Amino acid sequence: MITLADYLIVSGILFAIGFAGVMLRRNVIIILMSLELMLNAANLSLVAFSRFRVGPTGLPDYNAQVFVFFIITVAAAEVAVGLAILVALYRARQTTDVNDISSLKF
Amino acid sequence: MSPFLFWVFALLTLIFGAAVVINRNPVASALSLVMSFLGLAALFMSLNAYFVGIIQVLVYAGAVMVLFLFIIMLLDLRAEEGRQINWLASAGGVAVALILFGQVFSVINHFAIARKRFPPLPGTTIDDVRNIGAALFGNYNLPFQIVGVLVLVATIGVVLLSKREPR
Repeated sequence: MITLADYLIVSGILFAIGFAGVMLRRNVIIILMSLELMLNAANLSLVAFSRFRVGPTGLPDYNAQVFVFFIITVAAAEVAVGLAILVALYRARQTTDVNDISSLKF
Repeated sequence: MSPFLFWVFALLTLIFGAAVVINRNPVASALSLVMSFLGLAALFMSLNAYFVGIIQVLVYAGAVMVLFLFIIMLLDLRAEEGRQINWLASAGGVAVALILFGQVFSVINHFAIARKRFPPLPGTTIDDVRNIGAALFGNYNLPFQIVGVLVLVATIGVVLLSKREPR
């Protein structure tokens, strides 16, 4: 039988994969994709908790699903701004590799 | 949802999620991300969250991924060829991710309520959209408007960022 713990573990693995992507990859686009994976891992655990907490009306807890809705909106805005910064950066430097963008490094 | 389907979609999500990180070619990474999001949408629907699942397909697998593929095409990114891998840094990154997962796993293991099955759902969730809309426009009206301002700021910011400066 599938329990809440199974969903939470899948969500934890997905978050760890996204985190590893941010740590390992040097391409800014792949780093943004890994960020999306991490946000979606959070969404999965929120929806699982929403289904787990059935209210007195016999409906799932919709507060968590509204929260997921907000996360999706903010993530879409974040991707749009991140990719616009990436395009501006590529225009100035002709690279998307974070190793080549080290002007602010001390 | 049957346990078999749960594991099929969970494995789909996780394997393609790992493929995003492992692939050297950005286009292959983006397409793996689409598959991962579709698996995740199926998991949402298995939790009776049909509206969130459909939004996941429309917004992520549709809009956001088209944006990613468009930028990859625009910048004409190739697979990273032969840049030597810093093995020490890679091992460190994998180790930190594994430690993070171990921490999450031990917390879930000590969380006894999570072992219980999902309670039955007597109310129908077919009118999901109505219920989420009522919560969004009722209880969460102010956050909803703030998110609207946020999207407006993001739109203006993107236009400003991608405008060429006149010389």
